[in-house]
Amino acid sequence: MWQRVAALIVKEFLALLKDPKSRFVIVIPPMIQLLVFGYAATFDLNDIPYAVYNEDPGAEGRELLAGFRLSPHFREIAHLSHDADIAPLIDKREVLLVVHIGPRFSRDLATAQSASVQVIVDGRNSNTALLALGYVRSIVHRFNDQWAARHGQPKPPAQLEMRAWFNPNLESRWFIVPGIVALLTLVVTMLVTALSVAREREQGTFDQLLVTPFRPAEILLGKALPGFIIGIGEATVIVLLAIFWFKVPLWGSLLTLYTGITLFLVSAIGVGLMISSLAVTQQQGLLGAFFFLVPAIILSGFATPIANMPSFIQKITLVNPMRYFMEILRGVFLEGMPFLMLVDQFWPMAVIGGVNLTLAGWLFRRRLY
Amino acid sequence: MKRQEGSKGTLGEPSRGGRLMRLRGLVRKEFLQILRDPSSIAIAFVMPVVLLLLFGYGLSLDAEHVPLAVVVEEPSAETASFIGSFQHSRYFEPVPLSNMRQAEQALREHRVKGIIYLRENFAHQRRSIGAAPVQILLNGVDANTARLVQGYVNGAWEKWLELEARSNGVPLTIPVQVSERVWFNSELRSQDYLVPGLIAVIMTLIGALLTAMVMAREWERGTMEALLVTPVAIQEVLLGKLVPYFVLGMGGLILSVGTAVGLFAIPLRGSVVVLFAASSLFLLAALGMGLLISIVAKNQFVAGQIAIIVTFLPAFILSGFIFDIGSMPWPIQMITHLIPARYLVAILQTVFLAGNVPSVIWPNGAALLLMAILFLSLGRWKSHKRLE
Repeated sequence: MWQRVAALIVKEFLALLKDPKSRFVIVIPPMIQLLVFGYAATFDLNDIPYAVYNEDPGAEGRELLAGFRLSPHFREIAHLSHDADIAPLIDKREVLLVVHIGPRFSRDLATAQSASVQVIVDGRNSNTALLALGYVRSIVHRFNDQWAARHGQPKPPAQLEMRAWFNPNLESRWFIVPGIVALLTLVVTMLVTALSVAREREQGTFDQLLVTPFRPAEILLGKALPGFIIGIGEATVIVLLAIFWFKVPLWGSLLTLYTGITLFLVSAIGVGLMISSLAVTQQQGLLGAFFFLVPAIILSGFATPIANMPSFIQKITLVNPMRYFMEILRGVFLEGMPFLMLVDQFWPMAVIGGVNLTLAGWLFRRRLY
Repeated sequence: MKRQEGSKGTLGEPSRGGRLMRLRGLVRKEFLQILRDPSSIAIAFVMPVVLLLLFGYGLSLDAEHVPLAVVVEEPSAETASFIGSFQHSRYFEPVPLSNMRQAEQALREHRVKGIIYLRENFAHQRRSIGAAPVQILLNGVDANTARLVQGYVNGAWEKWLELEARSNGVPLTIPVQVSERVWFNSELRSQDYLVPGLIAVIMTLIGALLTAMVMAREWERGTMEALLVTPVAIQEVLLGKLVPYFVLGMGGLILSVGTAVGLFAIPLRGSVVVLFAASSLFLLAALGMGLLISIVAKNQFVAGQIAIIVTFLPAFILSGFIFDIGSMPWPIQMITHLIPARYLVAILQTVFLAGNVPSVIWPNGAALLLMAILFLSLGRWKSHKRLE
């Protein structure tokens, strides 16, 4: 049996790799995408462009503004002198926010011990706006602390000391890059499996395969193993790049990581082959691949946390193998999660893979048109 | 169908009638093919709605009801008042635990996102030094959420300071108060900013999926050779492919915009005309990209692979739809200029939330026009009416 499966695997590799375009597509773009996406996909803000509209003649206003100028997060773009200048700058997206200090700022601060500064923010990207406001508040906060100390005001009755575990500097790259490992592994697996049966059906070679003494299980293995081998290979390269190029710490064990990769590949290949054997034409196969790929990525917690989703969508994510893989990758990389703690993430992927592979094998024989 | 009428004139005068008839025949053939294999209809009409529903609900950056472990070593009136400020907030879901060991365990097992830790001397330090430390531990893996939670914690703390001051009879004087005004999206709903961008991502998929296979299919099945012996010119073949899928794509777009406005209640502050003009330019670029893939690949398998690689992920990550382009390093920012979706995302976010801002619409619209011309003429250049 193994000899026959080996022959099938060789045939499958030839079909995939003999076309130079196909060979190129499977190997090069995923690597390039890892590098580009690794840098592109970040929620961190640096160089927030802002403008200043300072009507205050006093020193306090200037002191507050110095806080912005010294912050690494902000970049001053313009000094405004009229109210009317604010709207065009924000509309054009030339600045994300405008700091407006009114004419009575210093006077209010001196007489009433309290003044207000207006901050106008572009809310089109709500996440950026929220984060930028957070930075603004912390700058004003620091100013307040210094001012209060200088003028003998009492300290607030409780002080917050915030620390973050696992990612002390809150770098979103540490969160995103392990996610990209999952993303690209899934894409590569789909490239290899989702169209493979559909192509043979369309070209009629699948019928020939069915009349050979191969059993469906053997055909299934022959179709699944090349995807698995390519998937493991590319996942390894991507993991290495994540560790050595992007310097994401890997605290957990390789055994745990590879258990996750293996199970994820099994489930992804299962889905890919299932799509492929359902499709009559390659066009349908491609459509099926996208119909799986896109929701799988969006609903995996890659970019936005699953906990933020409404509860019925959270239930849908339970059938998404990528969701579990995402947890495993981030757990193993950043938190050093031990094997046993991830068992709850391992078994659903095994079930999803098993069910889909069985269905795909069953469909091989049933779906003749 | 406006596009079709527009192109009639460009086809030259002499055999205008004949060309028109040929084009009509090609368009009819393509439509028949679309109807035979319902997958194209599914791409154009089912996919946008399903994806928009799934994403519109599924993609959210608004963290609410964040579970936080609360460890109070020595409960007193002071600690109760502090914790109280976290209890009546939609942002937090306090989970009382009795000691730090349990809390750290819960943080490791992802049952809570963070810990609020009040030491036993909280009340004492408050009275003696006047400032008691409160320790906040967060799980920083999801840095973005952690940062948002930090902001919420700060807000809760400030509210508590105010209440404390008021109950002690001393008005709280904060030297400088920030008065925030958020334009365009005053509630900072992430849905309002994500859904318009999603339309661009979905249209990228539709455009490429519709056309990525069609030329390759003709070559693979040998029907291209049959077309070659007819008097149709190659640009007529291309146009015959473009028109039906453009109509389908616009149908999908109308559905998407309708869903965004009707179901997700995204405000549409700009004009519908601008929206559709920009989207049709974009659709031409996306279809052109699909055709180009199809022409270059020559076989459906490779065309499908290329379509998977170059459409979704770049449109998702590099278009500014979720990740801010301004925060990317500059070489990456240069690369994003190659992604047509980038320009549509900018236009859609502005037209939906801010209105018709000419300084956003014109440059991005021009870029879309350029992309459309680029892809379509590359497609024309790469395709020829002869056998290999």
